[in-house]
Parts: sequence; structure tokens; C-alpha cells
Amino acid sequence: MGKVLMKGNEAVAEAAVLSGCKYFFGYPITPQNEIPEYMSKRLPEVGGTFLQAESEISAINMVFGAAGSGARVMTSSSGPGISLKQEGISYLAGAELPCVIVNMVRGGPGLGNIGPAQSDYFQATKGGGHGDYRVIVYGPASVQELVDLTMDAFELADTYRNPVMILGDGILGQMMEPVEFSFPENSSPAPKPWSTSGARGRKRNLVTSLYIVPEELEKHCLKLKAKYDDVAAREKKHESYFADDADIILAAYGTTARICKAVVDQAREEGIRAGLIRPVSLWPFPDAPYNTAADHAAAFLAVEMSNGQMVEDVRLAVNGKKPVHFFGRTGGIVPAKAEIIAEVKKILGGGRQ
Amino acid sequence: MKKIFSRPRSMTDKPMHFCPGCTHGVIQRLIAEVIDDLGIQEDTIAIGPVGCAVFCYDYWDVDFQQASHGRAPAVATGVKRVHPDKVVFSLQGDGDIAAIGTTEIIHAAARGEKITCLFVNNSIYGMTGGQMAPTTVVGQKSTTTPRGRDRDLAGYPVKMTEMLSVLDGVVYAARVSVHNPANVLKAKKAIKKAFEVQLRGEGFSLVEILSTCPTNWGLSPLDAVRWLEKNMVPYFKLGEYKVPEEKKHEEIAVAEVAG
Repeated sequence: MGKVLMKGNEAVAEAAVLSGCKYFFGYPITPQNEIPEYMSKRLPEVGGTFLQAESEISAINMVFGAAGSGARVMTSSSGPGISLKQEGISYLAGAELPCVIVNMVRGGPGLGNIGPAQSDYFQATKGGGHGDYRVIVYGPASVQELVDLTMDAFELADTYRNPVMILGDGILGQMMEPVEFSFPENSSPAPKPWSTSGARGRKRNLVTSLYIVPEELEKHCLKLKAKYDDVAAREKKHESYFADDADIILAAYGTTARICKAVVDQAREEGIRAGLIRPVSLWPFPDAPYNTAADHAAAFLAVEMSNGQMVEDVRLAVNGKKPVHFFGRTGGIVPAKAEIIAEVKKILGGGRQ
Repeated sequence: MKKIFSRPRSMTDKPMHFCPGCTHGVIQRLIAEVIDDLGIQEDTIAIGPVGCAVFCYDYWDVDFQQASHGRAPAVATGVKRVHPDKVVFSLQGDGDIAAIGTTEIIHAAARGEKITCLFVNNSIYGMTGGQMAPTTVVGQKSTTTPRGRDRDLAGYPVKMTEMLSVLDGVVYAARVSVHNPANVLKAKKAIKKAFEVQLRGEGFSLVEILSTCPTNWGLSPLDAVRWLEKNMVPYFKLGEYKVPEEKKHEEIAVAEVAG
């Protein structure tokens, strides 16, 4: 398959289909409607089922049922809809069910607006629902990466029996870029002997997040923790861009990271040694490269389309070795290259947080 | 000696957690008997609710998914879409199906999901200690209606079976009770019919089952069944509200011949 020009939302959907996702349950919300629309057309072609649910709550619980029945399944939404899914995500994590959830983030809080934003970072990476659980979160920065990480997401979800979230934004979902689908078609997931399919010739299976005896729930939570530790040890992903000799390290993901690359390029042209460390996995957060860079860089600047959320993870990673500054735009506004460069110069000129 | 009575095959021997005198156990058993009668134990996936029936996975030896409060019909939808050849049913209480989960039940029914929802109506929140339910009858006392349910303050009980039976996706809808042996037998028949509708792939089926809650009603088990008969049955009228089209025609034909 050669390169094709595709919209981010449609590329995510096609990547899911090629990953063996046969079921999609969702509810319309801007700016991600092309995902369910694409799925409604495409899934019947591969013998799958698209179902428009009556709400995001119902959709995520349909995902629960399908995931518990052993299928590869996906849902997508944006900000307010993802808030509604949080109950279900907690149950999915508790019952250790694999699924992929796409959030094309829009401006919040509340109804906010439909502009691009990164203000759902806390919700995605720190656990938006109740209880002690983790969701693996990817922050793609291009349509190609949306495709590649969606394919990885299905694998990871099955490997760890855990929900995986693709945290995009309104721009990534709407923009068109050339993409290549390199994954083999008709990928068939490994069998899931723990799923419910009718107890024929075996003991019955139970899919639950209920552990009424405290000792049993603690045991379950410790088992989950061991799994999350394993994910954290093996699945951290990042990209370094001129970070090795940089005096100032920018930290940004997704759409904002693309702008920050242009900032690094221009700064370098002007003789400023800037670099970028871009987290690709947002949970687990790739802390080591930041901590290592703190040995040579004078300062860090986190740039986000929010009032400052990922910056907290950068500060934890840098661990007080160097100052970590923040610059952000919010409300659906995208930070401009010029204003980020101005911020870089201000910091290197002696500004401290 | 010949064995004439035993535990249904699809039932485990785990002692039930239900309060003494509660008729919930009867319902659990009826469902297991129907699963046995239809020979579908190995083809059944049950969905559990939140509420008094939350531990029902302990009592049925079938594949099982535990749903969050009210969402069982959505979970059942996900299961059935993946396994259209299996029997998928939910067991839900009045808080689960008639309050927090109204959206899920209405739309599963409207879609004509080929699932069966079994609804235990005991007119009170049992598991949480006796608060008002959406089906608490007017005047009934609960821990959140200490002076009795006031229609001006809290409105009227929800009649789920009547409401759902008007939807085109619903093929079978009935309300039964388990307050005496005659009604227990009728309840079993209705549950069986509901499963048969699903087995024939006809659409959505629902059975509402009136049940007692001696503990939270503050009554002895015997007084509780009397209370149900006197206070619930007149409001929640028993009977089949919707039957499969074909069956309806059969009945009409029989009636015409008889007339």
C-alpha cells in the first residue's frame, strides 16, 4: 500500500480496522465525527459492527461488553464525551479489559468550544475515573503517527489487558497528510481464553471489577500495580530533537511539538542552542531523557495548549535540577512560533520562574 | 429412593446472601431452571447489575460479566454483537433499570437488541439500606421518604413494562410476581418465553418480576408477600403486555373460533 492523503480522524479509523478492530461504539461530538462516520461505512465491509450509541456512557459500556467477549474494539470522542466515559474506563481498567479510546481534545472546561486543545492531559494520564488505575496514553504529532500509534495501541491493549488512549486534538483529527499503512492486513489478535463466549467445554469465565473482600481487592490492586510498573519499565517513548547539546530544552507533545520543532530550527539559526524532547507516550511519561538533559541544559520550557498540565510531569522528571518554565495558550488557541521564541529568549536572558 | 427434586444444573451450591424471606432467591432459581430446561447453560452469557443481585454470578454457573450501575443493557449489547449466536441476558433491580439505567434499557429495547432483560422490582433500594426507588409506591415509607412517598414531592412510580412495551423493538414484555406458588409458576413461564424470543432471534424481551423486601419494608416474610399483593399488584398490573406478532395472531384466531 503506497502513500495516501488522509484526514487524521479517518486515518485513525482505518488504522483500527487494519489492526483487526471489528467493533466500534460511539456518540457524535465535534471534532471527531469523521471517526464514527468512517467506521459506519468501513466496518461492515470487514464483517464488523458499527453501532451509534445513545450516549457516551452507553458507548463505553458496549465497549466493555465487546472487550469482555474477546473482540478488538474502539470508541472515540472529545473532551465532554470523554468525561462521560470515565466511569466505564475505570470499570474497564478494573476488569482488565483491552480497548482503544480516542480523544480528539477540544477546548474545556464544561462545554468549552470545538477548537483544538491539550487540556485533557490530567484527565487522560492521571486517571479521570475513580480508583487506583492507569490508562496507557499516546500523544501522536502527525497523521502518520496517529496511524502507527493506533496500531500499537491495539497490540499494547491486548498485551497488558488494559485500555489504551490516543490523545489527539482538533487539529490532528481534521488535518490531511500523506500516510502509509505498513501493518499487514487482516491482523488477527491472539485468542483470549479469559473472555466470555459461553462456557462450552471449560469452566465458566467471570469478567468483573468487583472484589468485595478487602484482602482480595488489595491483592487485585497490587496485581494491577505490578502490571503498571511493567508498562512503565517497557513502554516509555519519546523523540529527541537537537536535545543533546541544548541550553534550553522545550517539552511539548502532539500539535504543539510540531510548532516547537520550528521554534528549535529558528532558534538554532539565530545561534541559540535550543532542543526539544517530545513525549510520545504520555503515560508512562518518558522521564529519563528530561532528567539526563538537566545535566547540561540550563532550563526547560514546557509548551502546551492548556494552562499547564504536562509541565508537572516535566518538573517531576527534572526533579529540581533545573528550572522548568511554562508557556501555554488555551481556549482553542494554538501557540504561535513567534511567541514561543520570545519566551525562549526571555528565559535565556535571565528570566527565572 | 427416587430423587424428585434437586438443584438446577446451572446453579452453584453457594449459599445465597439474600436476607431471610426475600423472594430474590426464588427468581434466581427460576432463571437457572429455565436455562436448564432450554439446555443453554454452555451458550449463555449473563450480565449482572449493581444492587441486591450484584452477587448473582456466584449462583449461576454460566459465563458472566459484571456491569456498572444501570449499564447492563449496554454491556449486553456489546456482548451480543460479538456473540450473536449466544444467549445474553441481564438481571437488574428497580434502581438499576428504572432510575440510573433508563437510557440504556430504553435504547437497547428500541434497537430491538436480541437480548433478554429480567427486572426485579421490589419497590425499594435494598442493597443501600431501604431508600426510595423509582418504583416505590405512593405512600410507601422508605429511609428517604420517612413520611411515605409524597406524590407532590417525589412523583409517581415508573411503570417500565408498560413504557417499554410500546417500542417496536420489543417483542415480548410481561410483568409477573413471585408472591405465591401459582404466580411463581407463571413467572417461570414468562421467563422461558422471553428466552425463547431471543433464541428465535425475534428481538428484545423483558420480564418484570415483583419481589419482596422484608428487611427494608420492615415486615415479616409472610406479611411481605401479603403487602406485595395488596400494594404492588394493583399498581403494577400483572400480565403480558406484548407478545410476539405470530403468537398474537394465533391467540386472535383461537378467540375467533371460540367466539
